[in-house]
Amino acid sequence: MTGAVKGRRIDWSGIFLYLFLTLFGLLMLAPLVYMISTAFKPTSELFLFPPRFFVNNPTLVNFRDLLLITGTTSVPFSRFIFNSMLVSVCIVGFGILISAMAAYPLAKHKMPFRDGIFNLIVLAIMFSPMVVQIPQYLLISKIGLVNTYWAMILPYLAAPVGMFLMTQFLRQIPDALLEAARIDGANEWKVFWVVIMPMLKPAIATFALFSFISAWNDPYPAMVYTTDQDMKSLPLAIQTISGGYGVVARVGTLAAASLLMIIPTIIVFIVTQRMVLQTMAHSGLKE
Amino acid sequence: MSIETSTSAVPAAERLPKKQGKLSLLWQDVKRNRVSYLFLAPFLILFTLFTIIPVVTSIVLSFTYYNILESPRFIGLSNYRLLFVDDDIFLKAIGITLKFAFITGPVGYAMAFMLAWLISQIPQKYRFFYTLCYYTPSITSATAMSVVWLYLFAGDRKGLLNYFAMQLGVIDEPYLFLQNINSIVPVIVIVSLWMSMGVGFLAFLAGLQNVPKDLYEAGGIDGIKYRWQQLFYITIPSVRPQLLFGAVLQVVSSLTVFDVSVQLVGLPSPLYAGHTILTHLFDYAFIKFEMGYAAAIAVVLFCMMIGLNRLIFRWLGKD
Repeated sequence: MTGAVKGRRIDWSGIFLYLFLTLFGLLMLAPLVYMISTAFKPTSELFLFPPRFFVNNPTLVNFRDLLLITGTTSVPFSRFIFNSMLVSVCIVGFGILISAMAAYPLAKHKMPFRDGIFNLIVLAIMFSPMVVQIPQYLLISKIGLVNTYWAMILPYLAAPVGMFLMTQFLRQIPDALLEAARIDGANEWKVFWVVIMPMLKPAIATFALFSFISAWNDPYPAMVYTTDQDMKSLPLAIQTISGGYGVVARVGTLAAASLLMIIPTIIVFIVTQRMVLQTMAHSGLKE
Repeated sequence: MSIETSTSAVPAAERLPKKQGKLSLLWQDVKRNRVSYLFLAPFLILFTLFTIIPVVTSIVLSFTYYNILESPRFIGLSNYRLLFVDDDIFLKAIGITLKFAFITGPVGYAMAFMLAWLISQIPQKYRFFYTLCYYTPSITSATAMSVVWLYLFAGDRKGLLNYFAMQLGVIDEPYLFLQNINSIVPVIVIVSLWMSMGVGFLAFLAGLQNVPKDLYEAGGIDGIKYRWQQLFYITIPSVRPQLLFGAVLQVVSSLTVFDVSVQLVGLPSPLYAGHTILTHLFDYAFIKFEMGYAAAIAVVLFCMMIGLNRLIFRWLGKD
């Protein structure tokens, strides 16, 4: 972008820039690389002294162990993967639908209370949903949803940040397209599906990324809303394998499980990144 | 607002008495836009149920004694008095949370912006690799990464950090990073900083990529030569909305440290050295089941976040 500043001569500042970015980037990746290499270490390499960073004889034995061990109960590990997948996919899917539906009128219709509702959503970005955990828990237990998938899905569907990003993105889409569709006789529902949804694609990808990551990584829903072992989610299962905090046992299996847990989030980011950057350009807040 | 505009647009209704007229006009306006409200309904219902009502309920519960088994009993300000006068652990948790927030907040924020700016200086085709390097840590979960941190900071000589430090001769004895109350907060800070290039970082990156190029050309004509001049006079003013968005998210995330603390040093941590407001809240809500007291903690945290964010809005939001 500002490459025009550079001249023909050797660009020292450019070299330093790449050097710094690369070294710092590798430093940031180091913990992840270590985890990957631990996941493939055979038992003989796990407790070596002096400790070794990279794996010498990679093996898949940790992954096999992971699928065979059942933690402290008889629930197979694949069940936790299934639970986490189901809950995350529902949160992402339904979340996209209801947020896109709400973003459309907030960005493109003029109706009473519109600004009020939008300000309320901006206000909700300013605090963490964790502070309303208690009433959420009381509500879920009062309506008898404890130990159901609904308890882990419903409270997380109306996500203010994703909704805010969608509305901001939609605002910059020209009204002319909507008008053209309306003149052709399309009703609002049809305009939404035929015009709005296709154009919202970058914002939808962004929403999917953020909501998938938070749903996938969050241990609390399962911790708080479920008591049955077979309703627990992946992050919680990983805690169980490790045997509680601070215990360094079954390192190889644990690293394998952790790796399995991180891979989906990275894939989702790689798939969505271009569209995410398009959307985030409209993320600005103004008073 | 829209009430005003519709009053002037529909003069027929002015015959009605003024107050009633306004209300019925508003009602007509609402009815005319019923499709819009139908679109909004699913989101708004869930948002009300799981965000608005819980905020109100938290505030109400914070004035009661409630242990789930018996119905809530109104006790006035006792919870707050207990929190700020008698609960030494809470006061300690506030101190730790603020200490933590005032380090990771600004440092993480500045780091995210600087890295985003540096990345925006290199050609498009190389940017993705670096973005991936810096962003990936923030999408890992604290639970999954604990296997690495527990090993890196392990308190025996097999711990990676201890091993290197002993090799270099910095220390003779293994240091108990996760048990020693002096090193608990720094360790949590380091891990949190590692994970802090999140949504805000992406917002900065996107904002920086979209600063109009002709601004730099115009700046060049006006005598702006160096990159740092460009940064201060052109780039930062152009991405201020993104900076504000990032700041709001940074405030929220640096005040809600919980995961990392619980995963690394446990709940309760040794001598409560890693105890934050949120771990205190969790302790009272879901271990001791004192919901009224826990609600008071939640209200305090809520007010801190909103207050700090209002300040930031005033500071960064004005044009």
